Amino acid sequence: MIHITSTDRYRITRWRVVMTNVFSLAAGLVVISVIFVIAGVNPLFAISEIFQGSFGSVYGFKETITKAIPLILIGAGLTLAFRARFWNIGAEGQLLMGAIFATWTGLTFGNTLPAWGIIPLMFAAGFLGGALWGIIPAILKIKYAINEVISTLMLNYICAHILTMLIVGPWRGGTRFGFPGTDTLPEAAILSVIPGSRIHYVTLILALVCAAVLTLLIYRTRFGYEARVVGENPDAGKYAGIDFLKTTLILMAVSGGLAGMAGVGEVAGIHHYLGYPDSMSSGYGFTAIIVAWLAKLNPLYTIISGIFFAGILVGGDAIQISLGLPAATVNIVNGTLLIFLIMGDYFLNHKISITFKTR
Amino acid sequence: MQIPACRNRFFMKKIQRLEMDGISKSFHGIPANQDIQLSVASGEILGLLGENGAGKTTLMNILYGLYQPDAGQIKINGQPVQLTSPLDSILHGIGMVHQHFMLIQNHSVIENIALGYKDTPFFFPKIKLREKIQQFSRQFDFTIDLNKKIWQLSAGEQQRVEIIKALLNGADLLILDEPTSVLTPREIEELITILRRMKQDGHSVIFISHKLNEIMTICDRVTVLRKGRIVGNADTRDTDKKTLARMMVGRDVVFNINKEPLTRGKPILKANRIHVTGDMGLPAVKAISFDLYENEIFGIAGVAGNGQRELAEAITGIRRIDQGSVTINGKDITNLSPRHIYDHGVSHVPEERIRFGIAPGLFLYDNAILKQHHLKKFSSRYFLRYNQVKTHARNIITEFNVATHTIDNQIRNLSGGNIQKLILGREISEQPRLLVASHPTYGLDVGATEFLRHHLLKLRSQGSSVLLFSEDLEEIFELCDRIAVIFAGEFMGIFDSDDDRLCDIGLMMAGSKRF
Repeated sequence: MIHITSTDRYRITRWRVVMTNVFSLAAGLVVISVIFVIAGVNPLFAISEIFQGSFGSVYGFKETITKAIPLILIGAGLTLAFRARFWNIGAEGQLLMGAIFATWTGLTFGNTLPAWGIIPLMFAAGFLGGALWGIIPAILKIKYAINEVISTLMLNYICAHILTMLIVGPWRGGTRFGFPGTDTLPEAAILSVIPGSRIHYVTLILALVCAAVLTLLIYRTRFGYEARVVGENPDAGKYAGIDFLKTTLILMAVSGGLAGMAGVGEVAGIHHYLGYPDSMSSGYGFTAIIVAWLAKLNPLYTIISGIFFAGILVGGDAIQISLGLPAATVNIVNGTLLIFLIMGDYFLNHKISITFKTR
Repeated sequence: MQIPACRNRFFMKKIQRLEMDGISKSFHGIPANQDIQLSVASGEILGLLGENGAGKTTLMNILYGLYQPDAGQIKINGQPVQLTSPLDSILHGIGMVHQHFMLIQNHSVIENIALGYKDTPFFFPKIKLREKIQQFSRQFDFTIDLNKKIWQLSAGEQQRVEIIKALLNGADLLILDEPTSVLTPREIEELITILRRMKQDGHSVIFISHKLNEIMTICDRVTVLRKGRIVGNADTRDTDKKTLARMMVGRDVVFNINKEPLTRGKPILKANRIHVTGDMGLPAVKAISFDLYENEIFGIAGVAGNGQRELAEAITGIRRIDQGSVTINGKDITNLSPRHIYDHGVSHVPEERIRFGIAPGLFLYDNAILKQHHLKKFSSRYFLRYNQVKTHARNIITEFNVATHTIDNQIRNLSGGNIQKLILGREISEQPRLLVASHPTYGLDVGATEFLRHHLLKLRSQGSSVLLFSEDLEEIFELCDRIAVIFAGEFMGIFDSDDDRLCDIGLMMAGSKRF
């Protein structure tokens, strides 16, 4: 008879953390290879194409950085929520809500204000939109004990439909020839890019600053301390007199707000108008969950993991074109890697021993 | 409809006699059971009496196959057996009803029973089982609605489900771990009826308790454990409560005063007829009133589970006070948040230290300021002053001998005793006006215990007061100026520590005497 026992592992070295992640990613790639084989593609070729497409060329690398911007912003915000054990799966909706708020601000004030006035205003509006959308599940959870995984997930769809309703209805632009979508933002409300690329550097700088500031917030401030205590042990939080409602509201406002600002970057930096939800965000809110997880919930590390997963997104586009694989392939790659990273976490914290014995 | 196999079992019990011979077990070098001899025969109810931490539950977990003994053996009908898992024990005819029920709250009664039943058919499991359970209910006089969900049942009914589960699995020996602690008096009566039936039927029962009245009414024989050893055996017919109380507690009360005499100062804490509800929704503290003065240690003696935890949590703000009021220095603190109560000078060493006292994944220095992180010296308006925090943490670990190689260590890597020292250090070092300490020395080694007691006396001489909850009577008598005995959420009396009536403290703790 086979006995499998699992005991808690104490004393986890940094080396072990790194190696566990490396092995998890490698194991994930093995499974992905099997999927490629089933799809009739040489897996080594496909995987090398992914990384060639994203990091192997100047064009690819510029695209990778472009896509890393929202991933870093959202991922950094998610680390805060996840630290407090608030499973925010709703960053996608918070991003879209930020985009909605920013578009309204841009269209309304863009013609009257100069760029240095309208851009900060749009980011503020985007933050507010995302924050509001993030606070709703926080209130639902604390006041009515509604599971945040369900509520944040569902709010994604609600927001996507609100956005669709706006662009086919009241906000449909006169210049769109009847197609859904708002008018293009005024010149002043459009983020400038690094020439020859799509990198809207204002958002990039904002993302890097946010990652750094959040790291400070989590590890150095009273608020970060309270969030970590509540996340580690809610009973200890109660014992220490930490205000659970206030803490959760603030951290979800920040987490949602950062996603909202990512939405501003997408709308004002890439698309320049508000269109269908699918085109506004290619699932950044979900990919960012993996980004936060791979960063071990440290906001600073989301810079690295954000670029890594942006690379996979870009590489995924590349293999769609070069190998003719369906668009969902990237999602399969991402999902598989997340599963393996989470499994890796279990093996990091637990020691598994298998013994054989006869009864 | 009669099932023949079942009928037969009335006469052919698998367990005629069970013996535990020389059982010893220690955890991390601390002995929990030493050289235990115990036996129980068919048709007999054996009481296992002892204070909390005496090793009763460890011993029964060994019998149920959850732990392996370090030495000694278990014999069934004279044959040595190896019980390496609960399944082994069940197959040998041993069943156990744990103090905390192992039921799935959202499933119905019959589903829970089907889950643990070894002959549950794969398809339509409930039909066949329903007949069997009804037969058992008739036999033992149960009434239970099989379709109700577990969460809809009272504690007594849940316990019955556990008993049916064990009996269906062919338990000839049933272990009940503190079965009455969650029951109402009426439910206790019903449980006793069931146990008597089982006895007539030839089952044997091991009944774990620290309540003398119950042991005397229910059991045929009683075995008393103290500090992991057997200290006595008796037929309940030939003994009395007083003798048992003395065996359990270990001595007639010894007065050992080596604290400096101090006159008590102004009142600090006033509790006025407070009522508190326990986790199960039953009243846990009933109209308790007392005052606590400067330069005073006030002890609350009693067996665990009589409302001590709820009382401590109510005073420190973790649990709601339903009625009555608490004041500190004349200011009303009833139902303030724990932080505000802390700011009024009340520190708290909680009973469930791992559950309330620490955030396990955070570093040692983070944990060293839990509940104090808002104080000026540890944080400005927004930022924590980590230099001060770390210095503070280093001071605590040197002063309180916390064994760790560094303060940059997740606190979950520390042993229970060291975690406890850290919490004690944290709560004591801030010079509280009132320290609420629940079982502060429980689990500490001798040196740390002496050190801690010395610290409590130091707080006392500095003008603070201490509210000490303890089951260790030696500790209570050594430290306290006044002593209250708590039973079933009420004080059986409040005494000066040299009051003669305290000779009967064992009886008061067991609820059979009140002044």
